[in-house]
Amino acid sequence: MESMSTTHDRSAVLAALTARLGAERVTSDVADLLVYASDGSTLHDATPAGVVFPESTAEVVDIVTTCAAHGVPFVARGSGTGLSGGAMALDGGIVVALNRLRRILDVDVPNRCARVQPGVANLAISRAVEHHGLHYAPDPSSQAVCSIGGNVAHNSGGPHTLKNGVTVNHVLGLQIVLSDGTLVDVGGPERPGYDLAALITGSEGTFGIVTEVTVKLSPLPEGVRTAIAAFATIDDASHAVTSVIAGGLMPAALEMLDRVVVAALEAAFGLTFPPGAAALLLLECDGPEDGLDDEISRAVDICREHGALEVRLARDDNERAALWTARKKAFGALGRIARNYCTQDGVIPRTKLPEMLRRVGEIADRHRLRVANVFHAGDGNLHPCILFDDRDADERARVVSAGREILDVCLELGGSLSGEHGIGIEKREAMARMFAEDDLAVMRALREALDPLGLCNPHKVLPGGSRCVELGPGGKQVHA
Amino acid sequence: MTDPMTTDAPIPLLATAPECVHCGFCLPACPTYDVLGTEMDSPRGRLALMSALESGDLAPTRAAVGHLDACLGCRACETACPSGVPYGERLEATRATLHDSPLRDRRAAQASRWIRAAVTAPAWMQRLGAGGQRVLRAVGVDRLAERWAARHPDTHLGAALSLWSAGSHWAAQRPSPAPGTTFAPSGPRRMRVALHLGCMQRWMFGGVHRDTIDVLTALGCEVVVPVGQGCCGALAAHEGAADEARGWMRHNLDAYERAGPFDALVVNAAGCGSSLADAARLFDDDATRERAVALGSRVRDVLDLVAELGPLPHARWTHRTQRVAYHDACHLAHAQGVRAAPRRVLEGLPGLELVALAEADRCCGSAGIYNVTQPATALAVLEGKLERLAALDIDVVAAGNPGCLLQLEAGARRAGHTWRLAHPIELVAGRLR
Ligand SMILES: Cc1cc2nc3c(=O)[nH]c(=O)nc-3n(C[C@H](O)[C@H](O)[C@H](O)COP(=O)(O)OP(=O)(O)OC[C@H]3O[C@@H](n4cnc5c(N)ncnc54)[C@H](O)[C@@H]3O)c2cc1C
Ligand code: SF4
Ligand code: SF4
Repeated sequence: MESMSTTHDRSAVLAALTARLGAERVTSDVADLLVYASDGSTLHDATPAGVVFPESTAEVVDIVTTCAAHGVPFVARGSGTGLSGGAMALDGGIVVALNRLRRILDVDVPNRCARVQPGVANLAISRAVEHHGLHYAPDPSSQAVCSIGGNVAHNSGGPHTLKNGVTVNHVLGLQIVLSDGTLVDVGGPERPGYDLAALITGSEGTFGIVTEVTVKLSPLPEGVRTAIAAFATIDDASHAVTSVIAGGLMPAALEMLDRVVVAALEAAFGLTFPPGAAALLLLECDGPEDGLDDEISRAVDICREHGALEVRLARDDNERAALWTARKKAFGALGRIARNYCTQDGVIPRTKLPEMLRRVGEIADRHRLRVANVFHAGDGNLHPCILFDDRDADERARVVSAGREILDVCLELGGSLSGEHGIGIEKREAMARMFAEDDLAVMRALREALDPLGLCNPHKVLPGGSRCVELGPGGKQVHA
Repeated sequence: MTDPMTTDAPIPLLATAPECVHCGFCLPACPTYDVLGTEMDSPRGRLALMSALESGDLAPTRAAVGHLDACLGCRACETACPSGVPYGERLEATRATLHDSPLRDRRAAQASRWIRAAVTAPAWMQRLGAGGQRVLRAVGVDRLAERWAARHPDTHLGAALSLWSAGSHWAAQRPSPAPGTTFAPSGPRRMRVALHLGCMQRWMFGGVHRDTIDVLTALGCEVVVPVGQGCCGALAAHEGAADEARGWMRHNLDAYERAGPFDALVVNAAGCGSSLADAARLFDDDATRERAVALGSRVRDVLDLVAELGPLPHARWTHRTQRVAYHDACHLAHAQGVRAAPRRVLEGLPGLELVALAEADRCCGSAGIYNVTQPATALAVLEGKLERLAALDIDVVAAGNPGCLLQLEAGARRAGHTWRLAHPIELVAGRLR
């Protein structure tokens, strides 16, 4: 199922699309292609053959049909904040940029759902319904930027996943253009049969291009309490996390930041950090006002029992917002301390946090690399960010090796390769280490059934294939 | 290698200017990305282009140059960027390397040169121009021009004409004070400040300068208008005409040093203020940089200073409450971090109710002379601003930058809105009379 399109095929597709959509909506200018060569990660890039900007579902169908007719691969792109190279067009494919499909089509307040186009930013949905006391609950740190289409593709989570669940728990229905151009609606309330919406959620754009998403809207919590606790050691902070959850509390979010991250946040946002602290814990409880103060003070007590150096409660919404802005922009703030970073996304059982972090530190040391840790501690979803300088090819190579080793440790500790950032191109080879060949065979069969020509975001997610993706020096894909 | 988890050693920050780490937080802040929906027209995309041009990985193409020229230079991306990428500086530097490029849009470049020549023309020509404007207004030619321009707002000429006629109401006010004049404080002197007249606002916004002087003297400032000052060079620098910008700035350095000691260089145009405050960016040699830093550190936006100097003595009530929306000029909010002070001053005025404007710090599309060089995109950017304003029940829209005032006034007239545009200092001065 590998596509082998030629330069001729790609030009034919671009010419046909230019004729129908107009020159302004199709580009193959080298400068434009360069911009679409990478996503939220800076480790890899691959130059597409062209970029197309559809403005309607019908146009997406047209683009996909045209690609299919010429055997040219294509890849959907939302806001390009993906961290596993998912939106990179390998094999000289065509990028279908969905940013102009960003209308909220319908808000159904009584039934608490909204139908939106794929390019709508996650946060834009919540903003549009907040005056009804509703929001779209999954809140990736990139929520101001990332598209709902990208969220569906990666089954994205966020700090509040701990209590609210991930994207798949909030998607009610989808409209998707399959790789032969067929437009289908899946899911929707009370529709029996296979839950195809759930299947497509998390498929990383390999089953087709999602053109509409019906999302569930949830009531905004009546009250919210946010605390920040500083600990002298990562171990203390980790034990506090375990105890908070073991103590029967159900925090809405439980995030940990190490001192490298906090140094970056200090520079970016003036966030202060008590001296001698090695980790910060950001804790949030929400729900009915009744009992909320009790809940947060129990959590605070647990932090103190575990030796917290200092615990502060956000006094008002402004303080809370400031804390969350700092937390949510943490990846970006790493630019204050390094030219580049590469975010890992392993999951481990919560109890293994201290051991895992120690081993991450050892791996980094061995590869002469620095690591910054900021992660969803409550659900054991780690984001060690390896700092590097992209001009140093040797260092890039070490980053790749260290990333592999970190994932191996996650697997060894009984965890997973990815909590929320997806497999993309970055971790596909590791899939073979996580899954048995039979498991992978089912996935492959599914993919072949839905994309028999192998045109839909090829080389992502599943390992191997008849042809190897070659990433040349500097992580650039070499293709004919 | 020290283990950051077990040692207390400080974490070193990057020694060089931060780079773009692709986090994407700037995308929703960028007005051109918003209206064009293409990543080449986003901060992250433009930075990728600039880096590739700089490293030689990319030879300039018409498309690349077009995307860089389509940038408003509003610097909203800098506010949004957690990494701290100095976007504005990078843009100016890249545009300087492309300044003479044949790949640039010729008509836009021509329009820019003409406007720069016009606004920086000698004073007597400007007086002539302002006089001409009054005459044309009297005989009604400006109405004709406005009508034609309203039908062709997306052309360079249409845009220029509609801005020009939008300025007529300010041009008809009191003229700018002559350089060399000194205005004594009413009451004991609290400080001595120099006033920057600028180029365009010198002939079109004399009334704003007069109001600035009235308010500052009422608050106890001696205001001097130094001789020999000129354009701040922002328009030129923005355009990539680095030598021209440097020339203007040298001029200003000399003039303000000759003016003797003063506590603040007061500026009432956001763009000029930001350019002067950051004058050092234009120079490589240490000696000039030092002078530029010394001048830059004294630059104060007029509202920022008024906020510090505190409530007006004898402020008078207006007949009825004015409902005012405050629009943040990009070069105040994003470039100079002046956000709270103007609001505080306005809120403190008797008979004025400040009405919250959504996305107040999103560019209005004026952006120097962007609205003339890139009229279509500027209109698209303006549209969002007008929509958000139209949702409010207001009498006045206040903005601390002449460019924004003209852009918003022109837009409001075209769309038939009835609010009046005013520099915040005009509203303050209105309470003196
Ligand atoms: C600073 C930062 C913080 C982040 N924080 C989080 C976090 O807290 N939680 C989390 O889960 N992730 C996080 N991410 C990762 C990223 O934001 C998410 O994976 C997000 O869902 C990607 O959305 P996007 O629109 O940017 O997708 P893109 O990067 O454009 O694409 C991602 C994948 O989705 C596919 N795709 C996009 N749109 C469609 C569509 N309409 N149909 C089919 N396939 C499509 C693409 O082909 C690609 O494979 C973060 C990223 C950054 C940079
Ligand atoms: S916010 Fe800053 S670091 Fe992030 S993508 Fe934009 S310019 Fe790059
Ligand atoms: S300066 Fe303004 S227009 Fe230019 S990239 Fe930044 S946000 Fe966009």
